[in-house]
This record gives sequence, structure tokens and C-alpha cells, in this order.
Amino acid sequence: MMNSDFWRAFVRNKGAVLGLVILIAIVVLAVFASVFFPGDPWEMATAPFQPPLSEDALLGSDMLGRDIASGIAHGARVSLLIGLTSTAAALAIGVTLGALAGFHGGKVDDAIMRFTELFQTIPNFVLAVVLVAIFTPSLTTIVAAIAIVSWPPLARLSRAEFLSLRSREFVQAAITTGQSNGTIILRQILPNSLSPIIVSASLMVATAILLESSLSFLGLGDPNAMSWGYMIGAARTVIRQAWWMSVFPGLAIVLTVLALNLVGEGLNDALNPKLARSRG
Amino acid sequence: MGGLANRHPPNKKHRHDRVADTIDTTGDEDTRMTRRLSGIPASFRRSLHRAAAAGLLAASLAIPGTAALVAAPAMAQETPVRGGVLNSIVQPEPPTLMLGLNQQGPTQTVAGKIYQGLLTYDRKLNPMPSLAESWTVSPDGLTYTFKLYQNVKWHDGKPFSANDVVFSTSKFLMEVHPRARAVFSRCESIKALDDHTVEFKLKEPFPAFIQAFEVSSAPIVPAHIYEGSDFRANPANNTPIGTGPFKLKEWVKGSYIQLVRNEDYYKKDLPYLDGITFRVIPDAASRSLALESGQVQQTQYSDLEPFEVPRMKTLPNVTLTTEGYEFVAPMAWLEINHRVKPLDDKRFRKAIAYAIDRKFIRDKIWFGLGRVPTGPINSVVKFYDPKVTTYEPSPDKAKALLDEMGLKPDAKGVRATVKLMPMPYGETWTRLGEYLKQALGKVGVAVVLESTDAAGWAQRVANWDYEITTNFLYQYGDPALGVARTYISSNIRKGVLFTNTMGYSNPKVDELFDQASRENDPAKRQEQYSEVQRILSDDLPVVWLLEMEFPTFLDKRVKNANTTAIGVNDTYESVWLAK
Repeated sequence: MMNSDFWRAFVRNKGAVLGLVILIAIVVLAVFASVFFPGDPWEMATAPFQPPLSEDALLGSDMLGRDIASGIAHGARVSLLIGLTSTAAALAIGVTLGALAGFHGGKVDDAIMRFTELFQTIPNFVLAVVLVAIFTPSLTTIVAAIAIVSWPPLARLSRAEFLSLRSREFVQAAITTGQSNGTIILRQILPNSLSPIIVSASLMVATAILLESSLSFLGLGDPNAMSWGYMIGAARTVIRQAWWMSVFPGLAIVLTVLALNLVGEGLNDALNPKLARSRG
Repeated sequence: MGGLANRHPPNKKHRHDRVADTIDTTGDEDTRMTRRLSGIPASFRRSLHRAAAAGLLAASLAIPGTAALVAAPAMAQETPVRGGVLNSIVQPEPPTLMLGLNQQGPTQTVAGKIYQGLLTYDRKLNPMPSLAESWTVSPDGLTYTFKLYQNVKWHDGKPFSANDVVFSTSKFLMEVHPRARAVFSRCESIKALDDHTVEFKLKEPFPAFIQAFEVSSAPIVPAHIYEGSDFRANPANNTPIGTGPFKLKEWVKGSYIQLVRNEDYYKKDLPYLDGITFRVIPDAASRSLALESGQVQQTQYSDLEPFEVPRMKTLPNVTLTTEGYEFVAPMAWLEINHRVKPLDDKRFRKAIAYAIDRKFIRDKIWFGLGRVPTGPINSVVKFYDPKVTTYEPSPDKAKALLDEMGLKPDAKGVRATVKLMPMPYGETWTRLGEYLKQALGKVGVAVVLESTDAAGWAQRVANWDYEITTNFLYQYGDPALGVARTYISSNIRKGVLFTNTMGYSNPKVDELFDQASRENDPAKRQEQYSEVQRILSDDLPVVWLLEMEFPTFLDKRVKNANTTAIGVNDTYESVWLAK
């Protein structure tokens, strides 16, 4: 996958490069949060309501004197962690069900697709709120809730891929050579259907981060984990006195989601052979 | 979905009557808001002009010259004038206005204008006349005799008499009002001596009895409507009939409750106002805006969250007071489940107390609203004694106590781990939870925060399924009415909220509270309550955090409002609007 053609196609999209740079910066921030901002982000480090550029707090402090910059760095961990793990979980559910439906067709397909539609008819966010509220908010329940509401599009996408590849010669050949269904799905079809799945997964990370932020904003985040959505939710009450408490975490969310979308677009360009060829 | 309710920070549970056995979750969240900006009606402005003109005329006749022109406006300011409509907020919208059946905070504020109790209380909690003109207590403390006002009429025109009082206290409230039941079940007999005299005979002395006649504690309801009916299902509950200075005119659910002047009120020329309109404004930001823009002239209780107070205080058109909540006198504390180790050890609870900076809580989390408590009794309540063990913030003392218990820090500096479930009553309580986690973490007590919704919280606390939580209770003017219930072991009742949910038990405390509740001699009573305060402040069954104050904002034109310990819940018979 990661050959020079791919990179050439990816780099051609300037937006994607910008997105990748931002994303790497955020990942670095998240990984080295404890180095840049040692100590607990919940710690009341300075006086409350310090505006940005004050002595102890570059981006200001919140209503209990917690450092906003430290909160953003540590919050990046939570956001990325939840974004990635919930997408991984959604991929596992979605691709498995989609692959089974697309490969087997017929009644299996019908059953799985009706099941998928059931989830698609319920508004994502409302379902996530209900799930988290029922199972009390914690990192695990939030990841699970986001995964449960996000897998249906992946299932439909991989089903479509499997359906079209199922009748191709190389699959027919594999069947005639007597390979087992599992082998055919994993070795023959899946690698060839990965491109669109990767693209939509990268966009899904962005959606998951937004979902987590919205949940935290509503007070349904893990109360023990500092996250961007929590910071905005807590600060919105004093927004007229202290804009910086909600603006900076808001910018962090905007940048991250924007970066992920740009990268997703770049991946789409690079992985789509038709686009690549027409340019090349 | 409690989570969604959090979107409106002054959570609808804030103002529940905290003594009710069950938690009512009703509250219309309909966001339709009336656009009727009534302000001051033209009729009022006309009458004001007339008053001012008359004042000028009178003054200039008496003392001719320029001095009269200066004096006149001041006079017009201070002499009550008739007319005008006061606009306020009711939040959340009450499920009913039948005060006997429902004593949630919002119900009290509105229905306190419609219904009356026998007494009201001044800021020092001394009884003052309401429906009762005068009263006597026999020297043995067993007989209370109330003389009622003459010529009192119910809103439907029927005469009010002693029979209504007997019916209300011996039948109606006994069936539907848990707090009143606890008080009036101490009566041996309740009799009407004549049409305007009621006599309560107690089985044994109970000096707190005189504090139990406030309008929400013992609202007087019409016997001719309720006698013999199913109280809870009586159709008249939708059209409350009281004796108060204001009558219900219209209630548009989700929009406003309109009260109008009771023309037959028994006090001559009262009330001054033509009416009071309570607007239902579920959104917190809109409530602040309504006060800022002058759409409402009064906000109370948790209408505005503490974080709004510093900003609203600077508005030119309003004044802020935190008085008028002496009767409810809320006390907030860290409630600790004594059934969980190591929370059963008082050294651990003391360590918690030393780890917390209560001044920080008051100043930074409540934005300066409230007082730092010393012990179990709110300092505005009778028999408060400041001479108790107090706990100045000192992490070192906290660590020393934990060391003494053998709780040594592990590799991560953690000595013990506890679960804290902050009360889900809005942003302020969430901040408090976060602060407590940090403060306790500093002395090696790791805190895991648990979040719940209001219903889940009530259920878990009532069933003792928690380790530490935050809570606040009203104290109702007398330790026997609002303080003892938290600490006496006979009130350890599983499934009932606002009881001794900690499971604290000290026979000496039980005995002192019991003796004091029956003691007629105030000096002896004070001694007993002082002793119980000393014991409690050393046992530390809960860690007291804050004597809460609520902000009342009043438009500067509103006069005479909020003069008693019941504050905004009082009748408003003598409130008037100045220019």
C-alpha cells in the first residue's frame, strides 16, 4: 500500500498534507502531554479566571484555576484514544457483518441488512446519549456507545464491496480451487476492498471525536478524564466572563476534525486507482 | 435521561422540598415563552402621576417654596402606591399550585401568595401574624391557642373559620404532608373553641411547635371544598382556593402563571399590587436575560446560578440580597456512608475535613454566596453555637490522621480510594465534586467520581448505595424540625431520602436531641443543643461544607418585598411598585 505511487498521489493534495501535519502535531501533543504539562490536568495550578498569556497559564485558567493548555494537551489523549478505539471497534463489527452479508448473500444478507437498518433508523446521537446514560459514563461505555452507533455505514460499505467482488474471476477461481469461505473472505476479497473502508474509517475517527465531545459537553463524559468537550461544557456557563475557557478547546476540536477530514480526502485520492491514473 | 436535563444548569431538582419522602420528577420543560412584556400597565402609570401630583399639591400647600419640589419625589417614593403588576420567574414549572399536596420550591413561591399559614416569621425566626392575629402558649408548653383574623374569606367567597384550621391540621395535612404529619401527630387534640379561636393540645412539650405554622409547613386549606373528598384527586386542586392576597387567574402551562389581586382581602387596602405574573423560563441564559432586560423584576432561589451572580450584581436596575432564606437555611455537606470502611472511622472523616478548604469552595465555586459553617446547625437557625471543634484547612493534619490509622501511601502516593458521587443538581455541584477530588487527592485519598442523573442519585442515596456524596438539607428554623432528622438513629430508614442515610448512630446524640425537643426552658434547650453540636462536630458524621445562600434579585422599583425569613415565599400583601 505505502508505495511511492501512493505518496505521490497523496502529496499532490495540498490540503491532505496540511491535515497530516496538523494531525501529527496533535498526536505529538497527546503522546508527550505529560512531558509538556507534567502533573494532573485537574490540578488547580493557578488563580481561577486568569486570562490567556498570564504568567502561569499560557492559554489562561478555568473557573477552578486549572490550566487550559494542560487540559487541551491531556484532552487530546482522551479524544484521540476514544476516536481510534471506537473506530476500531466499529470497524470490527461493521466489516464483519458487511463481509458476511455481502459474501453469502440471500437470507443471511437479508437478515444482516434488516438488522443494520434497525440501527440506521435511530438517530446516532440520541442512541449514544441513551446508551451512555444507562450504562453510566466511563471511557469504556463511551467507546462502546460510539462504536455501536457508528458501525452501520461501514457494514453497508463493506457489503457493497463484497457483493461486487464476489462475482469476479479471481474469487471464482479461488472457489474452484477449493479454498474455504474464511480464507476467501480474509485473503482474497478483504484486501481488495480495503481502500474505501480505510477512507471512511479515517472520517469516522473525526465523527467519533465530535460525538465524544458532544457527550462530554452534555455532562455525559467520563468524570475522571479531562476532555475537550468537557472543558467547553463546563466553561459555557461563564462564556460571557471568560471566553478563553471555551474557545481554545473548541479550536482544538475544530483543528483535529478538520485535519482528519483533510487526511481522509487525501487517502481517498491516493487510494482511488481511477483518480490516480487519470492524473498520472 | 438525566444527561439531557443537565443542559439547563439550574436543574429542575434544585428547589424541591427536601423533606418529601419521594422525589417528584415532574416539571414541564416546554420552552414556549410568552412574549407579553407587561412591564408597568398604563393604569398604574396614570395613578402614579395622580399620586405624584397630589403629593406635590399637598406639599406645596403646606410648605410653599422650592423645598416642596425637592421633597415631593422622595415622598412619592416611600408612600406605598396601589397598582402595577410584578413579574417574576417560576423555575421549574410546578406540577400543581395546591400547596398542601406539593411543597416543591417553585410551588411554594407561587402558592405562598394564594394560601396562608397561621404564622409567618421575621428574619430572626420569631413568629409574626399571618392568618392568626395573636396566640398564647400555656406555661407548661402543652397548649397553643391561636386567635384568627375576623372577616377572612376564601377566594370563592365562603367565610374562613377556625373549623378550616382544625380540618387542615388534623385531617388534610396529616394525610398528605409528611413534614406536617410529623409535627401535628404530636397533638393530643386540635379544637375550635369558637369561630375564630383554635386550640392545639400537645401530648408532651415540643417548643419547636411554634415554628411549624409557616405557609408551606402548614398551609390552611378550605374545609368546605376538601372535607370528605379524596384530597389528592379533588378537581379543585387545579383551581386553588386560598385566603391569600392574590388569586389564580390564569395558568398557561409552559408559559406563565398569572395571579391577580384578591379584592376581598381582609386587610384594608391590601395588597398594593394588581397582580403578580410568574413566567416559566426553562433556559438559564434566558432567565438572566429576562432580569437584565427588565422583563422580570424578581428572581429567587436557583433561578440564576451562582456564576451569574457576580455579573448580575453590577446591573444598575437591580439589587441583590441573600436574606429571606433564614427559614429554609440550607446546609450543604459531604455525606459519608458509615457502612463503608474506612469511612466509618472518625479519624478518616476528620482527615477529609482538614483536606478541604471551605473558603475556597464558598469563594470560587459558589462565587462568594454562603457562609463557611462551623457545625451541624446553620448560623441563622435558633440554638446555633459556634463554640465547637472546627477544621481549618491543613493537609498536614489530614496526613497525620491517616498515618495514625495505618493508611500509608503506596508507590503512587495513594493511601485509600473512595468513590464520590456528586449531587447531579447542576454545574456548581459538578465543580464541587471536581474540587473535592483534587483536594482529597493531595492528602493521598484517591477519589473516583461517579456520575448519575437526579433520579438515580436519589435512589442510590436513599438505599445507602454510595460511599460519599454531596447533599444539602433545609433546616426549617429549629433544630428539632430540620437538623435532628439527619443525625438521630431512629431516622435511619432505608429507601427514604433526607433521613439519616449515613447510618450514624450515637446514643448520646439521640438522647440530647430528644430531650431538647421536649425542653420548655430555652436556656436548658440551648445547653442541650450546644452539647449536641460539640459532640457532632467531633464525631463528624458528615463534613459540613457550606451554609448556602440563594441570591434574590429585585428591581429597584419593587418595594417592601422579601422582609421575612420566608422571603420570596411570603404573601407579598404589602409589596408595591415605585416609579
